[in-house]
Amino acid sequence: MRLSDISFNNLRRRKAKMVFLVLGLLIGIATIVTLLSITESMSRDIEDRLDRFGANVVMTPRSENLSLSYGGITVGGVNYETVEFDEARLPEIKTIENSKNLGIVAPKVLGPAMVNGRNVLVMGVEFEAELNLKNWWQLHGTPPAGPDDLLLGAEAADALKLAAGDTLAINGRDLRVTAVLAPTGAAEDNLIIVDLHTAQQLLGKPGKISLVELAAFCRDCPIEEMVLQIAEKFPEAKVTALRQAVMSKMQSIELFRSFSYGIAVLVICIGSLLVFITMMGSVNERTREIGIFRAIGFRRGHVMQIILLEAMVVGFVGGALGYLAGNAIAFAVLPLVVKNGVFAGFNPTLGGVSLGLAVALSLLASLYPAMKASRLDPSEALRAL
Amino acid sequence: MHPATVNNTEHLIEFQAIGKEYKVGDTTVQAIRQMDFFIDDGEFVGIMGQSGSGKSTLLAILGGLNHPSRGRVLLDGLDIYGLSSEQRADLRSEYLGFVFQSFQLIPYLTVLENIKLPMAITGVAAKKQDEMAMAVLARVGLADKTSRLPDQLSGGEQERVAIARAIVNNPPILLADEPTGNLDSATAEEILSLLHQLNREGQTIIMVTHNPEACCHATRTILVKDGTCTVQ
Repeated sequence: MRLSDISFNNLRRRKAKMVFLVLGLLIGIATIVTLLSITESMSRDIEDRLDRFGANVVMTPRSENLSLSYGGITVGGVNYETVEFDEARLPEIKTIENSKNLGIVAPKVLGPAMVNGRNVLVMGVEFEAELNLKNWWQLHGTPPAGPDDLLLGAEAADALKLAAGDTLAINGRDLRVTAVLAPTGAAEDNLIIVDLHTAQQLLGKPGKISLVELAAFCRDCPIEEMVLQIAEKFPEAKVTALRQAVMSKMQSIELFRSFSYGIAVLVICIGSLLVFITMMGSVNERTREIGIFRAIGFRRGHVMQIILLEAMVVGFVGGALGYLAGNAIAFAVLPLVVKNGVFAGFNPTLGGVSLGLAVALSLLASLYPAMKASRLDPSEALRAL
Repeated sequence: MHPATVNNTEHLIEFQAIGKEYKVGDTTVQAIRQMDFFIDDGEFVGIMGQSGSGKSTLLAILGGLNHPSRGRVLLDGLDIYGLSSEQRADLRSEYLGFVFQSFQLIPYLTVLENIKLPMAITGVAAKKQDEMAMAVLARVGLADKTSRLPDQLSGGEQERVAIARAIVNNPPILLADEPTGNLDSATAEEILSLLHQLNREGQTIIMVTHNPEACCHATRTILVKDGTCTVQ
């Protein structure tokens, strides 16, 4: 017979109380695990969507002059000597320390061209990268693929009266319109988008790049550090993080996380209260028993050990079952909460935290009842005999 | 034990000018006015008195469970109320075995587990615990009921388990509070015979009872009345 045998026997033979205590903790931990699992999956989903939303870093040539544009209107009259990057140096971007966080690198060359007597802006892109980056673009026609294919912005197509399948001559070279972009309300509505190398030839800028858009696929990626790393590699470039996109991403995630933590704290408080009340009730019921323990020579520490061991076992069982139940609920509920949501899988860290939390919670809530029990005056307790 | 509390005495237990008062609201109740007596090793002492005479208080004071308002209790020369409450717990574990009123077995422990309960804190090895528990069970005639729960036993059997639990650690003193109070006369006689047998084997027994017939088995009786005592 050891003190632990007393604890285990009490739990085994007072099944209803044990089940009630475990159930209280199970519900608490399961709620926390469910919420955190769903939040994790929702966060990933949001991050994926935001990452897919487009570039979050833009690299443009550094200029000594201030911009003469505001609200889409450019005050002209002065031509600046435009500085451009060498295309050959682009691979250097991939050598930055956080290169693993880099997703799409989409270089562009920009320049004016005369088409059907109109001045239009031609943008050369790597179609595959660009279409991946701007995945919200809706194309009427087939995606351009070859060096002689082009994509027309909605307004440009209207102005030039062209549709998919037409041919357009730019600076004496015939290019085929494979698709027209649905209106986006952004600058690309006015663009003629062609293959990067074709544009370099047409604009007389062989091997030159006007700007590079980058997408960093990452969870909480160190975007500011990445900006500094790219700026170090390209001192002639102005590298800007599109903070708004990053911040909104972070804010969305933080909002979900805060909500989950808030609920988790609430559930923890309710769970603790439940364990506390049950343990207090148990101690009051066991006054007689504790009196016997003390009368036959048990020290205060022995009585505390018995009660706290019971609490620890209850916490462990409640935590383990709560973790399993929480994952099962998350797995079942996720498709209903997040469209195309995928269960993030068992998280061993969350499992460890669940167990630790349940045991700590149970011990903490039982500490006062255990102290109260150990302080029972044996003569007072024996009066209940 | 606190060395400063050890006194020279030839008796196993000495009650020296013990008095005990309780506060009930604004009223002071005198449970024990003054008691002086001694008990020697190997005695079977019956403490007899009416309900409310102070005999259970006396037993609780003897057992180190209830601090007297005045006086000293010497156990083997040791002033037990000069010890801390934790030291008194150790003393109870080592020196005293309790048989409570109404058996007071732990309901969720089997007969064997109830008997081994006092050994849970003594560090005796599991195998040795089983041997000791089985030996006392055989002495009280319940060797075949080891795995029963208390509520599966008769009153007499429960009392035997309570006695077995009290003596399993071989304490020098056995304190029994109304051991026959909840039993029919035939079973009560069996229990008293068992206590008598234990006393003949050398066990010091102090038994509180209100039943004069129970004291027939005692070697000496202490009569308690109105908080005072007379030794017979």
